[in-house]
Amino acid sequence: MTVSVYVPSDSAATSVGANAVAKAIVAESTQRNLEIKLVRNGSRGLLWLEPLVEVATAEGRVGYGPVTAADVAALFDSDFLTGADNIFSVGLVDKIPWLADQQRVTFSRVGVIDPLDISDYEAHGGLVGLRVAIALDQSAIVDEVLASGLRGRGGAGFPAAIKWRTVMDASSDQKYVCCNADEGDSGTFADRMLMEGDPFTLIEGMTIAGIAGGATKGLIYIRSEYPDAITTMKAALLSAREYGLLGADVLGGGKTFDISIRVGAGSYVCGEETAMLESLEGKRGMVRAKPPIPALHGLFGAPTIVNNVLTLATVPMIMAQGAAAYQALGSDRSRGTQVFQLAGNIARGGIVERAFGISLHALVHTYGGGTSSGRPVRSVQVGGPLGAYFPASGLDVAMDYEALIAAGGMLGHGGIVVFDDSVDMAQQARFAMEFCAKESCGKCTSCRVGSVRGVEVIDKVMNNIDRTANLDLLTDLCDLMTYGSLCAMGGLTPMPVLSALREFPEDFQK
Amino acid sequence: MTIMRELDYGTPSKTADVTVAVEIDGHRVSVPVGTSVLRAASEAGIPVPKLCATDSLEPFGSCRLCLVEIDGKKGTPASCTTPCEDGMRVHTTSPKIDRLRRGVMELYISDHPLDCLTCPANGDCELQDMAGVVGLRDVRYGYAGENHLDAPTDDSNPYFSFDESKCIVCSRCVRACSEVQGTFALTIEGRGFNSKVSPGGLNFLESECVSCGACVQACPTSTLQEKAVIQLGMPTRTVLTTCAYCGVGCTFKAEMRGDELVRMVPYKDGGANEGHSCVKGRFAFGYASHPDRVLNPMIRESIADPWLEVTWDEAIGYAAKKLKAIQAKHGVDSIGGITSSRCTNEDVYVVQKLVRAAFGNNNVDTCARVCHSPTGYGLKQTFGTSAGTQDFKSVDEADVILVIGANPTEAHPVFGSRMKRRLRAGAKLIVIDPRRTDLVRSPHIEADYHLQLQPGTNVAVVNALAHVIFTEGLFDEAFVASRCNDESFAAWAEFINLPENSPESVAKQSGVPAEEMKGAARLYAAGPNSAIYYGLGVTEHSQGSTMVMGMANLAMLTGNVGRVGVGVNPLRGQNNVQGSCDMGSFPHEFTGYRHVSDDTVREQFETLWGRELQSAPGLRIPNMLDAAVVGSFRGIYIQGEDIAQSDPNTTHVTAALAAMELVIVQDLFINETAAFAHVFLPGTSFLEKDGTFTNAERRINRVRPIMASRTGKSEWEVTCDLAKALGYPMHYNNASEIMDEIAQITPTFAGVSFAKLDELGSIQWPCNAAHPEGTPTMHVGAFTRGEGRFIETPYVPTPERSTRRYPLLLTTGRSVSQYNVGAQTRRTANVVWQSEDFLDIHESDAELRGVVDGTWVELASRVGKTRLRARISERVPPGVVYTTFHFPVSGANVVTTEFSDWATNCPEYKVTAVEVRPTLEAGGVASAHELGLEELHTEVHEDATATLVRMANEITSNSTHLHQLAAIEAVSTHLRMFWTPQMIEDLTTYAQAHPEGLQDVALAALGQVPMAAVI
Repeated sequence: MTVSVYVPSDSAATSVGANAVAKAIVAESTQRNLEIKLVRNGSRGLLWLEPLVEVATAEGRVGYGPVTAADVAALFDSDFLTGADNIFSVGLVDKIPWLADQQRVTFSRVGVIDPLDISDYEAHGGLVGLRVAIALDQSAIVDEVLASGLRGRGGAGFPAAIKWRTVMDASSDQKYVCCNADEGDSGTFADRMLMEGDPFTLIEGMTIAGIAGGATKGLIYIRSEYPDAITTMKAALLSAREYGLLGADVLGGGKTFDISIRVGAGSYVCGEETAMLESLEGKRGMVRAKPPIPALHGLFGAPTIVNNVLTLATVPMIMAQGAAAYQALGSDRSRGTQVFQLAGNIARGGIVERAFGISLHALVHTYGGGTSSGRPVRSVQVGGPLGAYFPASGLDVAMDYEALIAAGGMLGHGGIVVFDDSVDMAQQARFAMEFCAKESCGKCTSCRVGSVRGVEVIDKVMNNIDRTANLDLLTDLCDLMTYGSLCAMGGLTPMPVLSALREFPEDFQK
Repeated sequence: MTIMRELDYGTPSKTADVTVAVEIDGHRVSVPVGTSVLRAASEAGIPVPKLCATDSLEPFGSCRLCLVEIDGKKGTPASCTTPCEDGMRVHTTSPKIDRLRRGVMELYISDHPLDCLTCPANGDCELQDMAGVVGLRDVRYGYAGENHLDAPTDDSNPYFSFDESKCIVCSRCVRACSEVQGTFALTIEGRGFNSKVSPGGLNFLESECVSCGACVQACPTSTLQEKAVIQLGMPTRTVLTTCAYCGVGCTFKAEMRGDELVRMVPYKDGGANEGHSCVKGRFAFGYASHPDRVLNPMIRESIADPWLEVTWDEAIGYAAKKLKAIQAKHGVDSIGGITSSRCTNEDVYVVQKLVRAAFGNNNVDTCARVCHSPTGYGLKQTFGTSAGTQDFKSVDEADVILVIGANPTEAHPVFGSRMKRRLRAGAKLIVIDPRRTDLVRSPHIEADYHLQLQPGTNVAVVNALAHVIFTEGLFDEAFVASRCNDESFAAWAEFINLPENSPESVAKQSGVPAEEMKGAARLYAAGPNSAIYYGLGVTEHSQGSTMVMGMANLAMLTGNVGRVGVGVNPLRGQNNVQGSCDMGSFPHEFTGYRHVSDDTVREQFETLWGRELQSAPGLRIPNMLDAAVVGSFRGIYIQGEDIAQSDPNTTHVTAALAAMELVIVQDLFINETAAFAHVFLPGTSFLEKDGTFTNAERRINRVRPIMASRTGKSEWEVTCDLAKALGYPMHYNNASEIMDEIAQITPTFAGVSFAKLDELGSIQWPCNAAHPEGTPTMHVGAFTRGEGRFIETPYVPTPERSTRRYPLLLTTGRSVSQYNVGAQTRRTANVVWQSEDFLDIHESDAELRGVVDGTWVELASRVGKTRLRARISERVPPGVVYTTFHFPVSGANVVTTEFSDWATNCPEYKVTAVEVRPTLEAGGVASAHELGLEELHTEVHEDATATLVRMANEITSNSTHLHQLAAIEAVSTHLRMFWTPQMIEDLTTYAQAHPEGLQDVALAALGQVPMAAVI
């Protein structure tokens, strides 16, 4: 009998040797005259176990990891093709507690299926949502998404269906769906893993959005730093077209929708939706003032749905399983699940998809297992480089939109970066300004000049030059950037700075 | 007045039927929906601090000074990008807002030189103003941080400098270049703090920049600053006046310091330009003070003699004496005059009055003869008014724009920019032109169709378009039925339906694929608002008038006349082409286009002027020149025109000038024509003139003197002096009185006066009791002539064709930096952009002839030859070459021929069969007047009689579509309307001896002209 062996092709896995492992497994099986079927799946998101090799058994998929190419012979020797226990074994992957108590919705297929096998996708529940949507009228789709409580996962948390309805109601010869895959926040990687691990979900989600909004063209804006995601998405688009999932008659339902890919050129601010639209139009990636909102005046001036990868990729499940199931998860006005990404100085990094409301502490300690350095956790930054720093004592905060805002932070794209007690928070505050100075599009004064002055003022504080006056000036500058900036880039840069000042004042008095 | 500051409302005005009411700091204001909070506040008299916003540009939201608080909205939105909503309550100041604004200014000033007192913009700097307004008292960041204070200055542009160290990166210049001018030469380079304005990574001069000045105008600091301001200082007073270059007629604020013109600033309320300008109007005014200006009258006995400076009285007396002597000896019709489209309406009016009343004949013509006379003819025949139908603003409402034989981005740049703005907003574009002009493809502009026809086949193509629209039933039946003459339509329909007008048939003649013509025709017919814009590429052909009528037919057929967004719009070449035609300077027409044979009208003039006037038409310019060569025309008064450079077939022109006993030239400079003059009367520049210009929109604009006349006299005053010396008293106390006389005697000008112009800014004629404030759109409800008249337009190929000896077709045009014969622009720094005329030739033609880019070639036609430097260009198709005619040394008109429009004698500048070959000899043909003295070519020029025979036969050829009797009637009417009795008599004499030389219809028509009646 042919045994299925899974070796992730996800770039997190390949960066630690998964390709060499796959190659070695093929070579070894040939040499040993063993018939195997090698599947290059996505990553399960247990990144400390990568490369994680899985073998299909009657009981389920048994995992081995981390494995190097040099370990492959030993794997064969220890009979891993039968799921035998050995020094690499992590047992049945689905039973690993880290994974087992997650609530995977958006990521339910990532790591499980062959990303580019559309029948595998269908066998795991793919295309059900789209078929449901095709049978509904536009308004009913929008109502369903509205009822699910799905909010924008890019960071702003705006109810997705409200945007969709605006686009649906706008009259225009041409409308667009633009997927923001310019995942630039430090410590985030969920968009990439989804695109590499389950690209059809995104295609299906965008198609549903297109049908709902009345758009016939979709564009995915992927950062150039994600070459594997680009390759996978391109291949998936070809298959989708061949299959009839995209094209003039989507799944035979009479709707037209197609998607193409645009690659960014290395600008953080192009993850801001209006700057992304400018970039998609072939222009310099500069933020547009709103109004007009993109839903009415988006790509090339046409009504445009702009959503993040995770938002769109969640839609098929909502349509397949019904809004109520999704809405039942979560806390407060944050419904459904969030794909948290554990990164930084952390023992067990990776993807944790849980319903909103889990505590930051649980994510950092229960899932993350504390720091990888073994030193005490001192600070955790939530929501990317513009997110707030939480002190070790402040990790009880519930991870949802409202609670985080109440705690002076924000969820952002769900990135969590852990620091141990060697961190200098004044340096981190300076880094926030420096990051802003480096990535600012240069349009608005408060961001363009303010970020540069911010670095200079923090340097003065750190060097004890008129420290009190300069700390006052820094506070004023943060106030100006918060209220005076054109977009969230300048507007949120003060968040890490002020949280560092608030929670770690001692680091500014050295 | 002191310096005029225009209020900047921050964002553009909106037009909407719905208004919203907002409350700003407790003041209620109603504005059209879509209006920004910033603008609403300005309108309520509450200016909000701002730097990146200006009302010529869409809001941008970058400076963050205009932040406000709005009840019920979180944060502090920028008022420039926030539209007013009904019931909004806005607070433009609060402790929080004040703090934020000071914070923004603190950031700006932390990276700005502190040299306000020595800065050229001191007193005219928005950054300085805003620092004051927000109460900036301290820059706590200090000045030692990262900054741009050492950034270099780019002085490459001759008129303005770019001092990057002063730049606040508000992007106003970049946006002006894109949104207003549409050139996209400027961009922001780098990001974050390294963002900087960049002319595409080059310096300004090497870049795509066309130096229109929009960026300088938009700059809120001294970053982009006129060099004149840097050198001279801030102006202190403003005079509003009108540009004297092209027919757009831009209004400028002439900003003066004492009696010195510091800069010309486009005026936001200028009806034609609305705050925009081009490199000529904005910057190229230095010729007025050029040392070449002649300021004293001069005379000489013979053109071989040196000039003698004399007093005005001596010069006028000398001229009058000679004119009288010529008339005494050779008859009253032996002299004439030419008016200029460069001069004011008042200047022109008095010259034609001088000719008609003091000379006692109708031998007055205007330089419009050689540019837009077919427009006057064609639009009068079809619509009833010899003028364009729209205002420029109308293009904003056009859905399909059809540009024929015009290159507005070069020749009418300010209107070109406006058209491009509309195209970027989504209007469709059809270009009919042998050349690939900028409009065909340039940044963010691409023509839907470019019908790249063979020069000379306009009429065939316009007929094919009409054929498609008619045969496919795409025409506006209701419009044709209700607005046009049924009989004329029926005849025209029969004509246009002919297979010879089908696109398939025309494709062979024109070289334009039939499918493209069909597509273009369908697009034009679909509209809903389709507008035609055309230039000299239509008129300067042997069938120029036919083509104008063909376009008028097309517009009537599709119902595209009589409302905003449509029409047939001539782009006039010079500032006052429309006006010089309106002012009665055509030999057959009084002011307002009324024929001299109309007894009622003529009697009114006779009464007003106190002289008996001739009832038969006088000589046109080419007729004058022909007559001069044969000796019957011996004296001429030429005001502001350089026929030796601008008129076709230079050899013939100069031979005619050389043959005359008295040539009086009134001009700023010793031009090419002045080389043949006996009297030189110094003219005044537009900076010294008081009067009016009428632009292509029929818009009468005031020209106000910003300085005293440098010659001591106005030009009209000199003309009056000459009349007086000839025994005809003609006196006005000022130019305003001349306009009063024009208004008194001209129904379409009845309501015009300087006082009213000063009050309204400008007036588009007709202006009378029915239209007291003028008429932006013509033919609303009904055509001027009542019913629109369809006229059959059979295509008659020009006799000028490419041959084995002259296989290429030459066509001509002008460039953005130079202007016509270059008399003005050559005497400015504009020469840095173009200092010579080039011959554009396609690569394949060049290769065939061994012509290398940038080397000298000889350009020869059957009438003459010259030398130019070749430029390999993809703008021309194989078989076509192109040149500008700005430099006398190139002698472009040495090669152009005597052929002309059959109806108006407008020269066929746009089609000359030529050959091009490499030459080792460098340099052009030197000065054209030197050429006139020797025959250049072996082929004999036509004599005057041969010309008359050719003209009569051409008129006949253009009537062959009619039944014989109708054709005879048409030809005889034409002769009666436009030919002098002498010309008819000469032709009759010829016909008696050589009846075989004339077509039968011509012969019969000649017999029908009642000689007694005209003589």
